[in-house]
Amino acid sequence: MKKLIAIFVGILVVCAVITGINYQMNAKTTANEKKVLNIYNWGDYIDPALITKFEKETGYHVVYETFDSNEAMLTKIKQGGTSYDLAVPSDYTVQRMIKSGLVAKIDKTKLSNYHNLDSRFLNLSFDPNNDYSVPYFWGTLGIVYNDQYVKASQVQHWEQLWNPAFKQSIMLTDSARDMLGIALITQGHGMNDTDETDLKNAQTKLKQLMPNVKAIVADEIKMYMKQNEAKIAVTYSGEAAEMMSYNHHLHYVVPTEGSNMWFDNMVIPKTAKHKVAAYAFINFMLSPKNAAQNAEYIGYSTPNKAAMKYLPTSVQQDKQFYPTESTVAHLEVYQDLPLKVIGNYNDLFLGFKMSK
Amino acid sequence: MGTQKKSFFVIPYLLWIALFVVAPMALIVYQSLFDITGHFTLGNYTDYLESATYLKMTFNSVWYAFLITMVTLVISYPTAYLLNQLKNKRLWLLLIILPTWINLLLKTYAFIGLFSQNGSVNDFLRFVGAGSHQILFTDFSFIFVASYIEIPFMILPIFNALDEINPSLVNASRDLGANTWQTFRRVIAPLTMPGVKSGFQAVFIPSLSLFMITRLIGGNRVITLGTAIEEHFLVTQNWGMGSTIGVILIIAMFVVMFLTRERKGKGGQSR
Repeated sequence: MKKLIAIFVGILVVCAVITGINYQMNAKTTANEKKVLNIYNWGDYIDPALITKFEKETGYHVVYETFDSNEAMLTKIKQGGTSYDLAVPSDYTVQRMIKSGLVAKIDKTKLSNYHNLDSRFLNLSFDPNNDYSVPYFWGTLGIVYNDQYVKASQVQHWEQLWNPAFKQSIMLTDSARDMLGIALITQGHGMNDTDETDLKNAQTKLKQLMPNVKAIVADEIKMYMKQNEAKIAVTYSGEAAEMMSYNHHLHYVVPTEGSNMWFDNMVIPKTAKHKVAAYAFINFMLSPKNAAQNAEYIGYSTPNKAAMKYLPTSVQQDKQFYPTESTVAHLEVYQDLPLKVIGNYNDLFLGFKMSK
Repeated sequence: MGTQKKSFFVIPYLLWIALFVVAPMALIVYQSLFDITGHFTLGNYTDYLESATYLKMTFNSVWYAFLITMVTLVISYPTAYLLNQLKNKRLWLLLIILPTWINLLLKTYAFIGLFSQNGSVNDFLRFVGAGSHQILFTDFSFIFVASYIEIPFMILPIFNALDEINPSLVNASRDLGANTWQTFRRVIAPLTMPGVKSGFQAVFIPSLSLFMITRLIGGNRVITLGTAIEEHFLVTQNWGMGSTIGVILIIAMFVVMFLTRERKGKGGQSR
């Protein structure tokens, strides 16, 4: 018993010491409170060298936290426990944050590098004047195929996925809007369609794809495609870039008839405490050289026009990640649809998944 | 004094039950009464009962859970019986329980490695000339992996029930002229029924709400209520519907508990 008490007291003492040290360290960082920038970004979504460079150039101390879904980020910013100075939500989430008044207006006159951005990627429907958001990366939804089993000409269009030759060989991303969106496109509708009959028809169309579907998964697509488990996958360009860096048999296609175009954007939450630092960081990331360095490191497509010339020519001319003008013209950005419609999308998608 | 002390010891138990059992269940029921826009409604329940998708999904879940339980039972009973006859039975039992110390996700990923197109199983099949087969994302692989994960929870209660049987009962049965089969049917089987029942509960109930395996091994081609709950909470953000399915699951669990409850007085000894 005595021994037990001794151990218990020992643990308590250790805890107390650690708490003390922790407090001391926190006190030190709060002393430089003014020179801090709290960034909230997706995991593994920036070249760490750029953070170091930014700290050196400006003297700010960057506190970098990550999230893995828009919803998780939204919840945390709503709660406001930690005040982030900069967050990177996707397009429809930006729209939702603007609606619920969670983001502050951005004064573009304070961003000397703003003009570097490609005008094609500005003033989009989710933030018509870019009053609240600055694009960080963009990408598409498309088809990844393995050239050992599939010829390029077989997968240039969405409709070709319904080819009976691809029995049990396609992996789909587990996302209602993306998958129903594809079916909508093959039927000549837009990806933001809210009409109930159109959606119902899209579900019928999608159900016909079921014999070709191998699995409906999420992040695991990357692993399976790397291991040649499936011939074809429908996924996002960012994911595709990562798979392709591991397996050189994989290629990515954005069907010319249309697809989704997504954006991750820098925003300043209303609760931000270090706005000057946030502006400095946005401007820093908009500088062509930094944007190019980041794009090369992450492998996503940069919306920074001036950055293009700093990228290797192979990347610049890569039709997979920088599709031609005519394809881009057909790409659509998702709008934040009314909750009821989103519910409808999800119910229909669930019905599709249940049809075996 | 005695009763006072007793009531003092009851406090942690009551607190635990109130905070971690009653309160969460009450929250789920409360949450299930709101639709996606936050209005109070019973619509989630009518939607559930009217939707062919959800009813089919419920049927699927119960069916798969039943299959998993049956597979584990068929394997576990003979295994537990055999283990009980062995010399170092505690050691052998430990070896069976050992895999439960490994994280469930890790075990699942190991099966992905075994079952994939270039996995060991397909390598072997190709080697013996059977050609490669699609094993992942099938009903077979789902039930196989789920059964593998649940087996220790079935073996353990059956083993304990067998272990507790007084050997003199078996000897008496033999003395009175019963053969091995009759001894098993009239003595051992009835006496191990409580073990089988608690094994049934320990396997059937978690199997009803499996969700990670349906995605990783079943490739979402197997959809259970657990998958739907996950989706409603994480993707759709329709907490009302998710909670409604949660309530349905809780009710299903109570039904299972009721059906497999221990009947007092009669026990297993009836003729």
